[in-house]
Amino acid sequence: MVNISQSITKKDHIEKMTGETQYIADYVIPGMNHAKIVRAWRPHARIKSVRFPEMETGYFVIDYRDVPKNGVKIIRSEQPVFAENEVRFIGEAVAMIVGADVIKVNAYVEQVKIEYEDLPAALSLDASDDAMVSYHYAHGAVTDAFQKAARVIEKTYYTGHQEQAYIEPQGAIGLYQDGKITVIASMQCPYYVKDAVTFAMDVPAESVQIIQSTTGGAFGGKEDYPSLIGCMVAAAAKKTGKPVRLIFERGEDMTVTTKRHPAQIVYSAALDEHDGILGIKADIKLDGGAYEGLSGVVLQRSMIAAAGVYRFPCIEVSGQVMMTHTVPNGAFRGFGAPQSFFAIERFMTHLATHLGIQDPVDFKKRYFVKQGDSTATGGSFRYPVILPEMLETAESLSRYTEKHERYRMQTGRYRKGIGMSFFLHGCGFTGSAEKDYIKSVIKLVKYPDDTIELLTSTTDMGQGVKTTFAKIVAEVMALPIDQIKIVNPDTDRVPNSGPTVASRSLMIVGKLLERAAKRLKSEYVAGKYQEVEERYVHPEMVPWDITSFSGDAYPTYSWGINVIEVEVDTLLAETKLIGVWGIFDVGRAIDETIMRGQIEGGMLQGIGYASSEKMEIIGGAVRQSGLSDYIIPTAKDTVPFVTRTLDNPYDGGPFGAKGAGELTIIGSAPAYAEAVEQAAGVPVAIIPMTPERLLAAMKQQKRGER
Amino acid sequence: MIEFYLNQKKVQYDGEPTRRLLDVLREDFGLTEVKEGCGEGECGACAVLIDGKTRQSCITAIGSLEGLSVMTLEGYKHSEQYKVLDQSFAEAGAVQCGFCTPGMIMAAQSLLAENPEPSDAEIRDGISGNLCRCTGYNMIVDAIRMASQKGKGLW
Ligand code: FES
Ligand code: FES
Repeated sequence: MVNISQSITKKDHIEKMTGETQYIADYVIPGMNHAKIVRAWRPHARIKSVRFPEMETGYFVIDYRDVPKNGVKIIRSEQPVFAENEVRFIGEAVAMIVGADVIKVNAYVEQVKIEYEDLPAALSLDASDDAMVSYHYAHGAVTDAFQKAARVIEKTYYTGHQEQAYIEPQGAIGLYQDGKITVIASMQCPYYVKDAVTFAMDVPAESVQIIQSTTGGAFGGKEDYPSLIGCMVAAAAKKTGKPVRLIFERGEDMTVTTKRHPAQIVYSAALDEHDGILGIKADIKLDGGAYEGLSGVVLQRSMIAAAGVYRFPCIEVSGQVMMTHTVPNGAFRGFGAPQSFFAIERFMTHLATHLGIQDPVDFKKRYFVKQGDSTATGGSFRYPVILPEMLETAESLSRYTEKHERYRMQTGRYRKGIGMSFFLHGCGFTGSAEKDYIKSVIKLVKYPDDTIELLTSTTDMGQGVKTTFAKIVAEVMALPIDQIKIVNPDTDRVPNSGPTVASRSLMIVGKLLERAAKRLKSEYVAGKYQEVEERYVHPEMVPWDITSFSGDAYPTYSWGINVIEVEVDTLLAETKLIGVWGIFDVGRAIDETIMRGQIEGGMLQGIGYASSEKMEIIGGAVRQSGLSDYIIPTAKDTVPFVTRTLDNPYDGGPFGAKGAGELTIIGSAPAYAEAVEQAAGVPVAIIPMTPERLLAAMKQQKRGER
Repeated sequence: MIEFYLNQKKVQYDGEPTRRLLDVLREDFGLTEVKEGCGEGECGACAVLIDGKTRQSCITAIGSLEGLSVMTLEGYKHSEQYKVLDQSFAEAGAVQCGFCTPGMIMAAQSLLAENPEPSDAEIRDGISGNLCRCTGYNMIVDAIRMASQKGKGLW
């Protein structure tokens, strides 16, 4: 076998490079109408009346009356497609105006008058006492450990909202013809949208077709949200009989679509008289926003990640998703793990500091999990854990130890700092979802001209699955890559191989493709039409029980170490990036360049999360309404990264591959925070650590010294 | 009536002069490779070349173009320079979702035309008006550096 990791030109390179590929806003369909959403401007209110303006013929109002079952099916269906009696956050959709001329549509939207009766609103995590979801688990004798403890140390950590900021805004087109609803949209999960539209429109599944348009970035932001706007355009197309196009403006996208959950995480450690950890407690509160959506599943991942990469004698974790009257939060790369890893990594460092240990890495590595150890939920790390090797690589590339020592004693205006973080990501869905709900199916079709088409519902949103999937099949079958065909999924053509989420695509769907390719190879008859189907088979695991959070939460784990070096201008509290190192174990990279792209993009997104990406909610409204005030990194804010992936092949994945896409965002924030903490000499327990926040912390410390 | 050059052909526009160049290009001329990412001059997805320099078409009124020359990817992609950028972007893995790509190519062309052998800092500066959320930029910087080396003499 040649080396599968060797990079090739991406399957969709030419169409993207030439600009020929069609994103949702590029579709031109004859007779297409434009839609614009009428939004509520109260965080919590009863709708007393809605008055629509007189409109020309050919212009329509679409609202709750046009949606037979007015709920967006995500996990439950508690969020209405259009609000009926009550609005729960600023920007919630009340109706939609549809018509041929976009200028007139916009003008009509402006003229809609909504009368409200205001209701009490909880506008932040602190202000809410309404838990939409609660979970709790404990493994080992936690109460005992805390009773026995020589001392207990407690710290609290905060993380903010994060906007996915895909460069292509959300958008969808609905069509209705001969009783059939078709939705074309920028999305991650065609079958999620299909389920949602089938449910809301109360029609048989066969009469709903979902097609993915080439997706200009998603990062989780197009996992749950397209289900909502898919229902909207479906209802509009059905009512008007015309194609209906709904494309978000940036400000709209920024203020009303789902984001990363803000979190407040309290850790406490029971220590014995030799400063060893007897047990850990974590209490995680996520701000769910106005509707539950995926928040419960996000919380599960946060809670399971609470132990970090460490083995503690016992652990107890409680978690809640709090309801606030703010924009609903949902899926974002990492899915609850970035919050927990920020907190556990910071906490371990702060414990080390507290115990007078100079280098936190010395303390952390004492607790590294090893192969065969049990997980926080009583499952098992059954595959090789190569953290020590990864640490060696990180050390030799970054010279962390020597720098960390050198930076301890600094004076002067410009001071440097370096931080290292350790993290993992459970690959695929949490628990038994693959087996119980998703039940993936894929198909390979060989046409008489011997080209092979891959039929899966996996979407390429830039992460390169068209290429990595094609490589897997080409490699197994020993065929040239050009003989493999893969296009954007259309639910009328592809089986349900699950959503494109949870870093599951390559490992789970890719494995099915590998198996199918092996079969097709063995049955291969040149010049003949052939089909091969494969279905998901659950690996051997300790059965997962969600009520007690026990068992194997994931079949396997990917691992990472990040090192970040910064320089802080202590006068202006400005932080400059100096060096970034990322060492990863993703089993095996199916394409080195694609993997590097995931690392570079994910890590920088994580650095943005930790530093500049501040989103505030003021009076219930998202204040940052554009890319001019929500600051994502530019090319000038970054430096060359040094990255490595170490081979550690996993049997359950194709060619040894594990999940990779989300892992890459998790370690930046804790490493960045650690570096800033060392440079500025103030504890960092909150992100984003903006210059304003850092300045305030430094001033406060100065006052304290006086 | 406004007359200007679009992808090296003389064209006329006879409509509302305050319309955004972005809309005119996409809607009237079908040039959908010019993308709208923000509509406020921040992301560079709508970048085109006006007399060889990158401009954000979402904040450019069509009425300001009299006699000027507008180049989009559609016109540029037949050039020798484009071929070099194409190869380099492929090799460096500089394209993920692709939504920022047309604007990035325009920015790269304008940068290299002015400075055929840019330093890394100059490359970063040259694309600092173009946001990319997927790649983290370094692979785009690599691609442009590679193009400047491969395409010696072209710019
Ligand atoms: S769309 Fe013009 S700069 Fe973003
Ligand atoms: S490749 Fe997706 S925004 Fe640049």
